[in-house]
Amino acid sequence: MGVVRELSLLGQAVSYLSTSPDIYRAWRTDPATPVGTASEPSSVTEGLPILDRYGYLWTSLGVPNGDLFDIPEYDEPDRRNIHAATIGVHCSAPRAIENFLDMGHFPYVHTGVLGIEPHTEVVDYDVQIDADSNELWATQCLFFQPMAAATSTAGEMVGYTYRVPHPYCSLLYKTSPLDESRMDVIGLFVRSVGPDRIEAHMILSLIDDSNTDSFIRRFQQSIFAQDKPILENQNPKLLPLDPRAETPIRSDRSAIAYRRWLSDLGVTYGVIPED
Amino acid sequence: MTESLMNLWHPIASAEDLPYRHIFQGQLLGRELAVWRADDDFVNVWENRCLHRGTRLSIGRSDGLELRCQYHGWRYANRSAGCTYIPAHPADAPARTICNRTFPSVERYGLIWSGEEPTGEPPEIAALENAETLLLRNIAVNAPLNLVLGHLANYRFSITGDPDNLATTSMDYQDGCSLSLTATCDGKKSTVVFFVQPVDSNRSVIRGVLSNSPEGAERLLTLRHHSAELSRLRDIVELEALDGPSLEPMVATIEQVPIALPEITTPSGRKAALRVQVLRKWATAEGVVGLELESIGEPLPTHQPGAHIDVHLPNGLVRQYSLTNAPGEGSLYRLGVKLEADSRGGSACLHETVKEGDVLAISEPRNNFPLRRDAVKTILIAGGIGVTPLLSMAQTLRNNKLDYELHYFAQTDGHLAFPEVLHELGEAVVLHLGLSPDETSQALTALLAGPQPAMHIYVCGPGPMLEATRRIASEADWPDEAIHFEYFKNTIEVDSSSSFEVSLARSALTLEVPSGKTILEVLRDNGIALMSSCEQGACGTCEVTVIEGEPEHQDVYLNDSEKLAGQRIMTCVSRAKSPRLVLDI
Repeated sequence: MGVVRELSLLGQAVSYLSTSPDIYRAWRTDPATPVGTASEPSSVTEGLPILDRYGYLWTSLGVPNGDLFDIPEYDEPDRRNIHAATIGVHCSAPRAIENFLDMGHFPYVHTGVLGIEPHTEVVDYDVQIDADSNELWATQCLFFQPMAAATSTAGEMVGYTYRVPHPYCSLLYKTSPLDESRMDVIGLFVRSVGPDRIEAHMILSLIDDSNTDSFIRRFQQSIFAQDKPILENQNPKLLPLDPRAETPIRSDRSAIAYRRWLSDLGVTYGVIPED
Repeated sequence: MTESLMNLWHPIASAEDLPYRHIFQGQLLGRELAVWRADDDFVNVWENRCLHRGTRLSIGRSDGLELRCQYHGWRYANRSAGCTYIPAHPADAPARTICNRTFPSVERYGLIWSGEEPTGEPPEIAALENAETLLLRNIAVNAPLNLVLGHLANYRFSITGDPDNLATTSMDYQDGCSLSLTATCDGKKSTVVFFVQPVDSNRSVIRGVLSNSPEGAERLLTLRHHSAELSRLRDIVELEALDGPSLEPMVATIEQVPIALPEITTPSGRKAALRVQVLRKWATAEGVVGLELESIGEPLPTHQPGAHIDVHLPNGLVRQYSLTNAPGEGSLYRLGVKLEADSRGGSACLHETVKEGDVLAISEPRNNFPLRRDAVKTILIAGGIGVTPLLSMAQTLRNNKLDYELHYFAQTDGHLAFPEVLHELGEAVVLHLGLSPDETSQALTALLAGPQPAMHIYVCGPGPMLEATRRIASEADWPDEAIHFEYFKNTIEVDSSSSFEVSLARSALTLEVPSGKTILEVLRDNGIALMSSCEQGACGTCEVTVIEGEPEHQDVYLNDSEKLAGQRIMTCVSRAKSPRLVLDI
């Protein structure tokens, strides 16, 4: 038995329940199984697809196109996989992803941590859509950071790689301060509650054997807390896909490509033009 | 109804809402506004969103001259709202088309007035002229304008502030958004004028002004009395609004990114879009006049430190002069012009012929000498009249609280231009007076002793001094990108080896694109109007189809496969690998 819970996904009411050990069900909310009541997984007949991956439950309102994207690092035995935060934000999902891909705001929004004036230059980097996976990648990204991670002690030029394997999910790879040959992974998985409301989940897969989980979480949460007021003060809240709606500059290469990629995918939720 | 409200002036803030350095968030007819008072007391009313990513400017910062967006640090100048600096690209001058949407502002009766497209002047109310007026506490009401006005018409108040002694009230006038009431009691009169600000379809702000402020303790009593009575009125109006029809919020249209209009070229290929009047002309140093130019039409466009303008002289000559004032400092351009011994009529005309009050045609400012604001320290080196662009830079660096020195080489202190500005800059100015060429070289060698990381040098002066600086910097191993030169003459050196040809298939025209010029510029020079916006190869506005030839892509708009296909080109930055491109124009 498990208790039926409910959330909103893309504006649709979805019910779900979990029972130990690791049995999950999700379905479009149905008065036959009211929220808050105890129910058997076997009672769910017309369920939605469900996956337990990277510490989260995943579902789809339609028929998912293939498997969920892979994060090979997650399975490496010496890594620490940490769920760092779940935060509600009054913004659209693509605005949150675009902010995650952006380096230019570091000195102004994450002052003294991920960036500091006068080191504000965003040097040119590469962006491509991987032809096989249709994922968006931004590579060769470099930015001066006074304290790039919880383990940093001094300022340095930090190399980044960004990956967008899903319209509302992104991953960031950066050189581990403790092992220069390997990359720390930070993931942002966004659930669109409504067109302009999200719940953002942050996941970490790190090479770090010294800091406590709570120290690492506090670092990530303080970073996200700096982004939140910016995200909630963007107008319009939905991301405009027309390149002339806002003013892109060279350093927005990844955002320009992201908007075009969303257009090509036919994404109409959380963007302008809306469906 | 909304249509006519669009053409009226409305109060959007009280003057007290705008202390220096604060950015006030207002709203009118559904549109959010960022309202801020600059150090020259100009009240800026801007659309409350940064052009870059739509971030509210009201969460940004003001330094009194520029407003800085909180998201990426983009800076916008006082008055013109033009973008002066984009920190992600410190070496680049922002495109002139990056200019925020502004609305007019007038300060009257302790209120800030603005509007979408207001005609004429804000209302003049006889009772409020030449009087000791008193601004009441503004009251925000969740109700539509008409409902609020209807209730205000029946407003009763006490002249003395005693709530038990309400006076007989008569209405002086009422129009679509305001009304005036006069109360009479025991032979005394008091007039209150209410202006109702239509914030949105269902939100209003009552802004009341008393014609005569009571003295002493009665003043506070009166303010409290109106505050209490208006709060009571609000409760009644809001209850009634809840029963009324539900209204859709107003939708303020957000304009698309402005597109640079095709430039209309004169036969000389130079454009003089602006008309200015000589506001002031004075001798600022031995052989140097200062000129202050003020617009006689639209406000002057934003300039960036290091920018220059073309001045079209009455005698037909065109000369370039650097702007010496910092962006955001008043709506004027300030020039310093040296009388050249071998003047062919340019500087002599400005010295001898042009007088205060004369009208001149000038171009919009251009910037080939942009100032990075990401240096740990900036050294400005001026020789003689070469100080002019560096003065604008020095004032900008000072305003931004960045570390800098201004080294000024001149014959005597009588030759120092704009001494009042030098005085204001204080200890950052180092004077080098009366040095021989050898002594100048020695001083430069000492200044450029060794390259420092994140340090930038800007040099402007006579040719031999620039050559000496270039040589000394190179000997001291300064990287090229850390030393910035402004040449007064021949800034574009045409390199024929890297030039190419464009053929325009539909126009049956073949044009040569020389090095240092973009395809877009060449097309415009030949009268072909092409839309453009960012002029950085990012927005895709100036895209053209390639029919033949191999483009050398330098934009970030096209993706790799599109670049490989070679069928499209961004004419603002991209060039040709093949000797010829055939374009579908």
